[in-house]
Amino acid sequence: MEAKTKGTGYRLHLMVCAGTGCVSNHAFEIKAALEKEIARHGLDKEVLVVPTGCNGFCERGPLLVVQPDNIFYQQLTEKDIPHLVEEHFLKGRPVKKLMYTPPDEKTPVPVLSDIAFFKGQVLIALRNRGLIDPEKIDEYIARDGYVALTKALTEMAPEDIIDEVMISGLRGRGGAGFPTGMKWKYVRETASTNGDKKYLICNGDEGDPGAFMDRSLLEADPHSVIEGMVIGARAVGAHEGFVYVRNEYPLALHRLNVALNQAREYGLLGKNILGTGFDFDIKVHRGAGAFVCGEETALIASVEGRLGEPRPRPPYPAQSGLWDSPTLINNVETWANIPVIISRGGKWYASIGTITSKGTKVFSLVGKINNTGLVEVPMGITLRQIIYDIGGGIPEGKEFKAVQTGGPSGGCIPKEKLDLPIDFESLTEAGSMMGSGGMVVMDEDTCMVDIARYFLSFTQDESCGKCTPCREGTKAMHDILTRMTEGKGTEGDLVLLEQLAHSIKDSALCGLGNTAPNPVLTTLRYFRNEYETHIRDKKCPAHACRQLNVYTIDPDACLNKGRGCGLCRRNCASDAIIGDKGVAHRVIQEKCIKCAVCYDVCNFNAVKVE
Amino acid sequence: MPRLTIEELQKLREKARKTVTLREGGQYRAKINVHMGTCGIAAGAREIMSTVIAEIEQRDLKDVLVTNSGCAGLCSKEPMATVELTGHAPVKYIELTPQKTKEIIDKHVVGGQILAKYALGIGSEKTDLSKE
Repeated sequence: MEAKTKGTGYRLHLMVCAGTGCVSNHAFEIKAALEKEIARHGLDKEVLVVPTGCNGFCERGPLLVVQPDNIFYQQLTEKDIPHLVEEHFLKGRPVKKLMYTPPDEKTPVPVLSDIAFFKGQVLIALRNRGLIDPEKIDEYIARDGYVALTKALTEMAPEDIIDEVMISGLRGRGGAGFPTGMKWKYVRETASTNGDKKYLICNGDEGDPGAFMDRSLLEADPHSVIEGMVIGARAVGAHEGFVYVRNEYPLALHRLNVALNQAREYGLLGKNILGTGFDFDIKVHRGAGAFVCGEETALIASVEGRLGEPRPRPPYPAQSGLWDSPTLINNVETWANIPVIISRGGKWYASIGTITSKGTKVFSLVGKINNTGLVEVPMGITLRQIIYDIGGGIPEGKEFKAVQTGGPSGGCIPKEKLDLPIDFESLTEAGSMMGSGGMVVMDEDTCMVDIARYFLSFTQDESCGKCTPCREGTKAMHDILTRMTEGKGTEGDLVLLEQLAHSIKDSALCGLGNTAPNPVLTTLRYFRNEYETHIRDKKCPAHACRQLNVYTIDPDACLNKGRGCGLCRRNCASDAIIGDKGVAHRVIQEKCIKCAVCYDVCNFNAVKVE
Repeated sequence: MPRLTIEELQKLREKARKTVTLREGGQYRAKINVHMGTCGIAAGAREIMSTVIAEIEQRDLKDVLVTNSGCAGLCSKEPMATVELTGHAPVKYIELTPQKTKEIIDKHVVGGQILAKYALGIGSEKTDLSKE
C-alpha cells in the first residue's frame, strides 16, 4: 500500500497548495517541475511533494510550504524551481527571494507561523489546512480523522450526539445562523410519513460574489464534511444523504468523489459502517449554478429533479423536506465543524467566541485588500483585526471605506464600525449579516450607489421570478439606482427606494427576495450623502460613475510638464480633445463620451476629473 | 483495502501518523543536520544523507529530524554532520563515512553517548531559520 512507503523516510515534505486559486496560477505545473528537479538531483527518496488544499494566502499564490521547518515560499513560477531545489532541498540554503516580504518592509519572513496573515487565525473547520493531501484518506485518518465517528457510533446514543451539538452552541454557517443542535433535534423528533425515511443534505451551493469558503473546504478536506454528515445521520436516523455542489466547482467535485469512494472502500460509508450495523451513504448532486438553489426549499426541489424554485415555509425541511420526509440540511462549513465538536466536546467549542455566537467562522477576504485569501477566525474578533492585522490593510495606501458582508443579502459596514466584534447579532444590528462568510473590502474609489446597483443587478439576475415582489421589485429598484448613476436621479427617488425596499423585504417568498434590498438599505443608512450628491449635484464623489464625471485638462500641467504631448488627443475616440504640440490641450465637453481614456493615458496628471 | 473494523481503523491511524508528524511542527528528541555545501557534496555528503535516512527508517526512529544546511566553513573536514539532542549542545562530526555515520546514530542518537573520536567539537552555527 502506498501509505506504507510514502511519508516515512522522507526528510522534507513539500506542501504545494493545490486549491483552485493556486491551480489556476499553475500549481500543478510547479508540482511537476518540483518532482522533475528532485528526481534529477536524486532526492526522490528524501523529499516528498504533497499537493494540499487551499493554504489560505491566495494573494501570494502559487504557494509552497516546506516541512518540518514550516518555511513559506510564495509567488512561485516554474523557472524558480531548479534554483530552489538545488539551493534549499539539496544544499540546505533556504532561498530568501522566494519568501514573503510584507508590503512596506524589507526583510522576508521565512516561517509561516510568523506571518501576520496566519497569526490571528484559529483553525477548526480548516484544521487540516495545508497538512494533508485531500485525495488520501489515510492522511485524514492520521490527523485523527474518523475518531469522532467511532466515538459517535460506539459510545454515544443519538440523543447524546444532539446534546453535544446543542452544548457547543454551533449555529448554521450558511447564513441564517439557526442553532444547529435545535435543527437536529427537530429532525430526530419528527416522525417520517414517508416510510421511516429521513434525509441529510450538505448545502454547497455557494453563490455569493467573491465567496469561496465552501469550495475551498470541499477541495481541501472533503472527509471532514463526510465525517460530519455520517455523525449527523446517526443522530437523526437518516440513511441517505446528498451533497449539493455547483458544477462550476470541478476540483471540489473531483476531490469529493475521490473521498466518497475511499470512505466507501474503508467501510466508513455504506452498509454496516465500521461493523456497527449503521447504514448511511452519500450521493453527489451537481447544481447548475442558480443562486436561488442555495435557499433550502429551492435546493430540495432541485435535488428532486424539479425547477429550482423556493416554496413558502412552514413546513420547514426539518418537518417535510426532500420527498416530503424530514430533512436535515446544513452548510458545508457547519458539517466540517461537527467531528471536532464530537471529539473535543461541545463545551470546548463553546469556550471560543461570544455569548451568542460560538466557535470560529471562515471568511473569504476579497476586494481592495492586501492579503486576499481564506481565513478562519474566532467569533468576536473585530473587523479591524481581520482587515488590518490579518488582511494587511488597503493597497496603495488608500482609505478604507466599507466592508460588504453577507453577499447580496448582506450590507456595507462603514469605517465607524471597524471595531465591531463580529458575531451573528452584531452584524445584523449593523444592518448587514454574517451570511456564508464573504467579505468584500472597499476603498475610497468605490461608489456606494454603484455597489448597491451591482448587488441588485445580481439578485435581479438570480431571482427565480416566482414571486412578484422579488421579480418586479428588484428590477424597479435597480432601474432607479441606474438612473442615479447616470445623473438622472430625482428628489423622490430615495423615498421610493426605501418604500420598495421595505415592501420587498416584507412580502417576498424566500430569503433571496427578503434580503435583496439590504445592500441598498445599509448604504442608505451609512452613505446617504453619497446618494444625495448623485441626485442633487449630479456628481459621484468616488468618480466611479463615469457618466457624472467631467474631464478637463489643466493647461499649466499640460503645457509645462507635458509640453502638449498630444497623447490624449490621439487616443480620444470621439475627437473631443483639441490642441497641438506645444499647445495646451482642451476637452470639448459636448463631444466627450466620458470614457476616461485621456485620464488613463496622460503621463503628467494633467487630466482632471470632477 | 477491505472494509475496516474499529480496531483496524485505529491500527491504520497509528501507521499513517508517521506520514503527517513531520508536518505538524512537533517536538523531536534529536536532530541530525548533514552539511550539504558544494564542498560537502563533493566529499560525499549525499552518501552520508542517504545513510542517515536509511538508518532511521531501518531502526524505525520516529523522533529524529533530518535536515541539511550549507557549507559549515571547514571544507577540508567534510563530509560533516551535526547531531543535536534536545536540551543538549550540538556536536559536530567530521570526515564522515557511511560506517562512521551508522556508529554515530547507534551510539549518540540512540544511545545518547557522544562519539568523541569523530567529533570536531561541541557547538554549532545556527541552522534553523525560525530561531533567527
